[in-house]
Amino acid sequence: MSTTTSVDPVRVTAPPVTAPPTKSAPVRRRPSLFSKHTNIPGGLGGALWLIIVVIPLYWVLTTSFRSSTTFFSDAPLSLPSEPTLANYVKVFDSGFFGYFTNSVIVTIAAVIIAVFVSLLAAYTIARNTHVVSRTAFSLVLLGLAVPLQAAIIPIFYMLSQMGLYDTLLALIIPSAAFAIPITVVILVNFLRDIPGELFESMRLDGATDWTMLWKLVLPLSRPALITVGIYNALGVWNGFLFPLVLTQSPSVRVLPLALWSFQSELTVDVPGIMAAVVMSMIPILTLYIFGRRQLVAGLTAGFGK
Amino acid sequence: MTTVTTTTGGIRAPRRGSALAARQRSGGPSLWFLLPAALLFGGFAILPLLGAVVLSFTQWSGLGTPQWLGADNWLWFVTDPVTYTTLGITFAVMFGSLLVQGPISMLLGVWIARSGGFRSFAGLIFFVPLLLSSAAVALAYKNLLDPNFGLSTQDGFGWLAHNWLGDKNTVLIMVILVIAWHFVPLHTLLYQGGVRQIPASLYEAASIDGAGKIMQFFTITVPQLKYTIVTSSTLIVVGSLTYFDLIFVMTAGGPGYATRVLPLHMYLTGFRSAEMGKASVIATVLVLIGLVLSLALTRWSGFSKMKSQQEGM
Repeated sequence: MSTTTSVDPVRVTAPPVTAPPTKSAPVRRRPSLFSKHTNIPGGLGGALWLIIVVIPLYWVLTTSFRSSTTFFSDAPLSLPSEPTLANYVKVFDSGFFGYFTNSVIVTIAAVIIAVFVSLLAAYTIARNTHVVSRTAFSLVLLGLAVPLQAAIIPIFYMLSQMGLYDTLLALIIPSAAFAIPITVVILVNFLRDIPGELFESMRLDGATDWTMLWKLVLPLSRPALITVGIYNALGVWNGFLFPLVLTQSPSVRVLPLALWSFQSELTVDVPGIMAAVVMSMIPILTLYIFGRRQLVAGLTAGFGK
Repeated sequence: MTTVTTTTGGIRAPRRGSALAARQRSGGPSLWFLLPAALLFGGFAILPLLGAVVLSFTQWSGLGTPQWLGADNWLWFVTDPVTYTTLGITFAVMFGSLLVQGPISMLLGVWIARSGGFRSFAGLIFFVPLLLSSAAVALAYKNLLDPNFGLSTQDGFGWLAHNWLGDKNTVLIMVILVIAWHFVPLHTLLYQGGVRQIPASLYEAASIDGAGKIMQFFTITVPQLKYTIVTSSTLIVVGSLTYFDLIFVMTAGGPGYATRVLPLHMYLTGFRSAEMGKASVIATVLVLIGLVLSLALTRWSGFSKMKSQQEGM
């Protein structure tokens, strides 16, 4: 019986809590008011930007299917005259799968660590009014304002001293650390919208901090966790400075760095480089196709409020 | 009801003492929950930032132990003419990005904020550049802009025939434009969100008063977006201090020093010239610039936030 009393409040109040992220839904209907008049200059401007966005993407994609000889004879924007997958085969043969795996490991590990420690911190900052927790939040906000890349030299020093230079862990740790400020801010904004009575009633029922975390905070903040997870994943996946400075061997190379070394190895083999570029985009584009809403929400969540 | 503890918690932790009664009443967790994040962020962000200040007073090649040197690196920084070149370039990129990305993002954001088939489709595509890594964007443009085999060899694109990245007079503009191509989607999203929060009643009232579309844009949309403008500008300003990877891959700071922004200067000084002490001076300056600019902008944004809220009423 007591189990139901402690779970019920969650279920009952779930809709108002999940309301914030969908807040824009009713607003979105409103604009139909304006579209009574078609915005011709707007449409033209939008179409122009669309062309500017699409042409380079189209060029990258078509170039990646050209052979090294037709690359110079075909017009840049024509379809490949003799489409070939040779470039992709070449990229695969030069260790792409290993770089891909490294990127996946680093991204997943860094995101899980960052989101987990940030959730603990955000829960405290949102619900504990102690001066320590308020100071922590100020520090986090400051972390957003500082170009953290400036810390790269001491990070290089520390990780070398710890014997972690040129390991995947050397990428995971600082990537997770740098993701903390934005993650905490997004989660705090979200957790503050959870009604305090939920916490109070669970506490009265004798729930411990960990119980509240697992049974209340975690399930209720799931949309925010997904959002912030995707946001961080994008950042870590595309990160370049840490791999450049903190790794060296091909065995721990991640994708963005692999692209850069393809460029220095292949220099004139533009179709090969473009095939590598396309392959590095595929996972994120897939994520975009399936999780577009969360991704878009994630990119604006931290700054929209 | 007395068996609550065991039934609610899968984890059987001992009940807390009454000393924490106040916290318990509010349902707030123990401060210990801050510890993991504090250790990680403190250890691998705050501590290194402070470490950079210390290292700026040492001589260190990146191998072995840093040797105490005193203020020599700072003297070098202040007297080296390259310092002022890179500072100038950094601010040029900053203001260039504000001028290019700001208006484009605002107009696009306002445009796609309203629903419609073409707009939704365009919105989908607009977003793609943001998903790419800076390295990918840099490589694509480096080759696309090549005068020998790039886009300029296509009929109708002959006007693009110029060694954009090899000419020190055009390379900076090109870098700013490529950065804009990459990051306009983010700011477009911000403006789109901002526009959608403007109450429709404001526009209704304005059109009853006979205000045209352009009039409404300048008297309602732009003032209402003030907070978004500040947020977006802050991101561009702080971002300008971190546009390292894109420039590094595309031009490596060249030709000459033409695109050597401050973060790139730091990297090249530290990891190419093996002058970690000098590079730490640049790192410290980067942090200081970032702090000053964002504190200034935050102060300004707090002010404008209040103002725009009042205007919204």
